[in-house]
Amino acid sequence: MNAITVIAGNISVLRRSDVDTDQIIPKQFLKRVERTGFGQYLFYDWAKEPGWDLDPNPILVTGRNFGCGSSREHAPWALEDFGFKAIVSPSFADIFYSNCTKIGLLPVILPEEEVEALMGETSARVDLEEQVVSFGGREVRFETDPEIRRRLLAGLDDVGITMQRGEEITAYERERERSGPVTTAL
Amino acid sequence: MPKTLLDKIWEAHEVAPGLLYIDLHLVHEVTSPQAFDALRLAGRTLRRPDRTLATADHNVPTDGSNRAAQIRDQLSRVQVETLERNCREFGVPLYSIGSERQGIVHVIGPELGVTQPGMTIVCGDSHTATHGALGALAFGIGTSEVEHVLATQTLQQQKPKAMRISYGGELGFGVTAKDLILGTIGRIGVEGGVGYAIEYAGPAIESLSMEGRMTVCNMTIEGGGRAGMIAPDETTFRWLDGRPAAPAPVPREGWTELRTDEGASFDSEVEIDASALSPQVTWGTTPGMVAPVSGAVPEPASEGEERALVYMDLEPGTPIEGIELDRVFIGSCTNSRIGDLRAAARVVEGRRVSERVSAMVVPGSQQVKAQAEAEGLDEVFRRAGFDWRSAGCSMCLGMNPDTLEPGERCASTSNRNFEGRQGRGGRSHLVSPEMAAAAAVAGRFVDIREWEVAA
Repeated sequence: MNAITVIAGNISVLRRSDVDTDQIIPKQFLKRVERTGFGQYLFYDWAKEPGWDLDPNPILVTGRNFGCGSSREHAPWALEDFGFKAIVSPSFADIFYSNCTKIGLLPVILPEEEVEALMGETSARVDLEEQVVSFGGREVRFETDPEIRRRLLAGLDDVGITMQRGEEITAYERERERSGPVTTAL
Repeated sequence: MPKTLLDKIWEAHEVAPGLLYIDLHLVHEVTSPQAFDALRLAGRTLRRPDRTLATADHNVPTDGSNRAAQIRDQLSRVQVETLERNCREFGVPLYSIGSERQGIVHVIGPELGVTQPGMTIVCGDSHTATHGALGALAFGIGTSEVEHVLATQTLQQQKPKAMRISYGGELGFGVTAKDLILGTIGRIGVEGGVGYAIEYAGPAIESLSMEGRMTVCNMTIEGGGRAGMIAPDETTFRWLDGRPAAPAPVPREGWTELRTDEGASFDSEVEIDASALSPQVTWGTTPGMVAPVSGAVPEPASEGEERALVYMDLEPGTPIEGIELDRVFIGSCTNSRIGDLRAAARVVEGRRVSERVSAMVVPGSQQVKAQAEAEGLDEVFRRAGFDWRSAGCSMCLGMNPDTLEPGERCASTSNRNFEGRQGRGGRSHLVSPEMAAAAAVAGRFVDIREWEVAA
């Protein structure tokens, strides 16, 4: 995963709330076993609507509860592959938010009125180190969980980090793992 | 200090702050191939195959095909074959297409007894909350996290906030677990549970069957909550007793301690009068856009609702009972268990599916299918004109050939009515199995409370 510090550039606006992952990447594209190449299918059905206009800018600004529905990581993969590096919204669905942070696509939560103001701009600058979004001559703070922020700033591989804690996990298994039948005994 | 059920399970699984041990990892073909690839690429092994279980469900045709090689859709075939190869290579127990234990991952976990009270359970699927019905902490994860669990049997995870939804009173005649959860989502909204693990409690929950409890927990994610849970009780213990992976005898005493202590505090508490709920029907494109069957399509209150009405081709003020249907789907991890099929069969017994409707029943697992056939339910459905299928996720999301055509309107027992969810341009209305069955016969929605069951 690439390290994130500053994401700056033009913004794309998707003025809709409760955008579900079925819209972001429809089911027929989940059959692929690869991890790349999903950007071309982003918002596959909506992109056919007249008046649809969404450029692959670094920053996507959108409505509440973005990424609700299915846990498909294909949704963040598609958004990232399309060109977005940060997504700004008043709120995100839990699993989607978590999935974004795992692949280095930065979810930024701002108050609704700030998102509304940002939608009227053409560009912005998101600084993860300072946790500030700058646009139209203003600076708006945002919060990120300190541990998630640390990992994003350093571009760390979660699996690699946890594997270094193998002894702790082994100790847990030795002392506290629940007893009883396991799947291989079926 | 008094603890919540969430506190108890969380504390028992903390390897260290922020690192949670996972007792059971369920795997299916859609969200796992990239995770297995990443393991291979990094030369990593799968830490605990004995705490991992896989099945093929999202992609499988329901036409009775019993080998991956028979799947006509090439991409689907490759995905199921990839799962089979990955499970062989990494030693994961697998019930693939053709196995008598194959089925929807959230149906087979409890059915085999691998889902147990007090466990932490994850799966690359948002409906993993289903397993919380047995008193487990269960939630959906993405593919990167699937890889993390495969490699380490743990997850980096912050503890969610705790919400309790307490239901006073009892559900009325004809009102089911599905109506209870749809009504709840209508009340708290599709974002109401974001950031929370939700515990469902109260007399109306205690009276529910195990299947009903799974229906409730299953749809927690549609209200934004990642995990839903219900304290285990005698209903849970009796249900698990004798299942292949369940301890024998079930440890009643230890499991009974898995309940929220008197006086424990929640970050949020919601109270709902279960006795005031009616059978529910969704009219829009989120599960929160829902109305009582006796009601009407409302005036849109937001841009999203306006858009939904256009997509659904519905006018405000239209009585719900006036909505005519083309298709009926009884199935999905929400409502495809034996109890669901029995309830639907009782409604259609001795009746015929309307001429304007094409209706199908997709059992949640091969074991549910076998049980239903042993009870003659398949014959009840067939005689009524339903298509009786093989187990899988099927038209809940239409990754297999079971899909809606553009413009078709469907009464569905599944969990999502998103645009295009069941097929591009398709229009989905979420209902209980009983309501879906009655709608199939009538060709439109009817109030199940006024239905006369054949003697």
